[in-house]
Amino acid sequence: MTDAPRTIEISPVTRVEGHGKVTIHLDKDGQVDEARLHIVEFRGFERFIQGRLLWEVPVIVQRLCGICPVSHHLAAAKAMDVICGVDELPPTAEKMRRLMHYGQVMQSHVLHFFHLAAPDLLFGFDAPAAQRNIFEVLRQKPELGRRAILMRKFGQDIIEATAGKKIHGTAAIPGGINHNLPLDTRDAFLKTVAEMRDWAQDALALARDYTLSHTELVGGFANFPSKYLSLVREADGALDLYHGNLRMIDAEGAAIFDQLPYDQYHAKLTEDVRAWSYMKFPFITDIGPDDGWYRVGPLARMNTVSLIDTPLANAARDELMATAEGAKMHPILANHWARMIEVVHCVEKIDELLHDPDLQGTDLKATGDRREEGIGVIEAPRGNLIHHYRVDENDQVTFCNLIVSTTHNNEGMNRAVKDVAVAQISGQPEITEGMLNQVEVAIRAYDPCLSCATHALGQMPLEVELLDAEGQTLDERARAT
Amino acid sequence: MIRLIGYGNPGRGDDGLGPALAARMADVPHVLVTSDYQLTVDHALLIAEADQVIFADALLRSDAPFEFGPVTPSTSHDVTSHSLSPQAVLALCTTLYGRAPLAFVLGITGQEFGEVKEGLCPQARTNLSLAEAFLRDWLAQTGSPVGGLAHA
Repeated sequence: MTDAPRTIEISPVTRVEGHGKVTIHLDKDGQVDEARLHIVEFRGFERFIQGRLLWEVPVIVQRLCGICPVSHHLAAAKAMDVICGVDELPPTAEKMRRLMHYGQVMQSHVLHFFHLAAPDLLFGFDAPAAQRNIFEVLRQKPELGRRAILMRKFGQDIIEATAGKKIHGTAAIPGGINHNLPLDTRDAFLKTVAEMRDWAQDALALARDYTLSHTELVGGFANFPSKYLSLVREADGALDLYHGNLRMIDAEGAAIFDQLPYDQYHAKLTEDVRAWSYMKFPFITDIGPDDGWYRVGPLARMNTVSLIDTPLANAARDELMATAEGAKMHPILANHWARMIEVVHCVEKIDELLHDPDLQGTDLKATGDRREEGIGVIEAPRGNLIHHYRVDENDQVTFCNLIVSTTHNNEGMNRAVKDVAVAQISGQPEITEGMLNQVEVAIRAYDPCLSCATHALGQMPLEVELLDAEGQTLDERARAT
Repeated sequence: MIRLIGYGNPGRGDDGLGPALAARMADVPHVLVTSDYQLTVDHALLIAEADQVIFADALLRSDAPFEFGPVTPSTSHDVTSHSLSPQAVLALCTTLYGRAPLAFVLGITGQEFGEVKEGLCPQARTNLSLAEAFLRDWLAQTGSPVGGLAHA
């Protein structure tokens, strides 16, 4: 080991969406001094959208991401509802959008759990890199792999039926939806939804059993308290992925603000900018940037909500929360359990909606008095998603602000990186691939979408660099992208 | 059955060459055409029952208007993101379903990828037309594998 300060880079971080880089600064004694997740893409979407017509926005803004385009489609459509003076959609329109959203969250969570996280969970964080991949998972557990693909297909088919296309649908329009769900399509989904519910419960059991059988690992891995933010249902604080008011709680569960209409988000949240990352750092304005950071996402939602309005998922949440050491669950690896609870919830909601005749209604769109500004918020797979627009008298967008889930989690991800780096790397004579993977596991637990979180020009190589205080490369690792 | 998958992001200029080819080939008999933003695990299921699959994508840095050649399953292309390579999709298909179709990649050369914009640049449109003509001829004449790498 050199006695000079060093910097380790993990670039890009793997098995997340988009490209990021981790730098770990070691002091002369080999102790971690600082660790940061850098976002190395710049997208400029908030500027790109300016000048586009309001009715185009729900379609165009999906180009932000090929992974959760439905989230952007719906958040933008909700904002445009407001601009079109529509505060309440016809039941058919809202339920079609909800069905689309539940299909989206289900397929996104399934993809992450089975294909991106499973190699770490099944083989261990320190397993040889050649083993720690999806092909090895499928070789050892082919039925798991087949189910995962069919569950994801079910969610994708729900999206296609409701949004018009699997990717970049057009169905949600300002003030409503452009079609309902035909009976033959509904009947096709009804034939398989029970099997999906069974498989979702099996996946939930897998995530639950992993967490409970690795209590020491889960409890000691990037387990730190934080504040949490999500939408909750207005009436009872229940989990609502599509609509509701904002609830922010502290680490013990006390409300910092509750049932805040989401069009007032900017009164409570401020976005900080730091020179070393293209991703902003939101914080609670009244508390300030140092202590006002918070987290969003599946585990955050389990912490913020009062209940889940579907029986299987609610029982599963009760069990999850009963394992918390304090009032709330903080270990980031518990996100996997939370994610699978949400898969069960989504399948339950899909089943419920498929039995609702409103999906075949013909009142698809509402109208109202035009406004200049609109804010739409949903709970995307990765957490809270805010779309905010202003338009001029020609219906052209003059202002756009997006706070995506991964941006909300920026400080949390950075703290997780440092927490794991300190635990794994400080004072070690040699930095191994397994140690670096543990840092990546911490980031992956958030299922971040770095493409969305920046606003990609160019492609980044995958490399890990160890630099001394003068910036000289001492060691280097590379992975294929 | 032949499956054509044109993939790419039409919101990133010439990265939309794959979907643009898919749109042009939708009328070809006996070919099931799919357009997508990127290749994902789902495509392993999509190609599982195909006899042949053609992956159409935008191509960076080539002097030829397009390149066409066979591609085989490979697990060296790890799943590092939600997005997969054709080799990884084929490997997933083999692992899950015991076989993979005969596969080809049609790379169509683009020039402008950096900006967030819709539409192809003039040279990419020309390359697209050349690639389309080639593929139609190839499908009409053979519908079966051609050896080696073909250049325009």
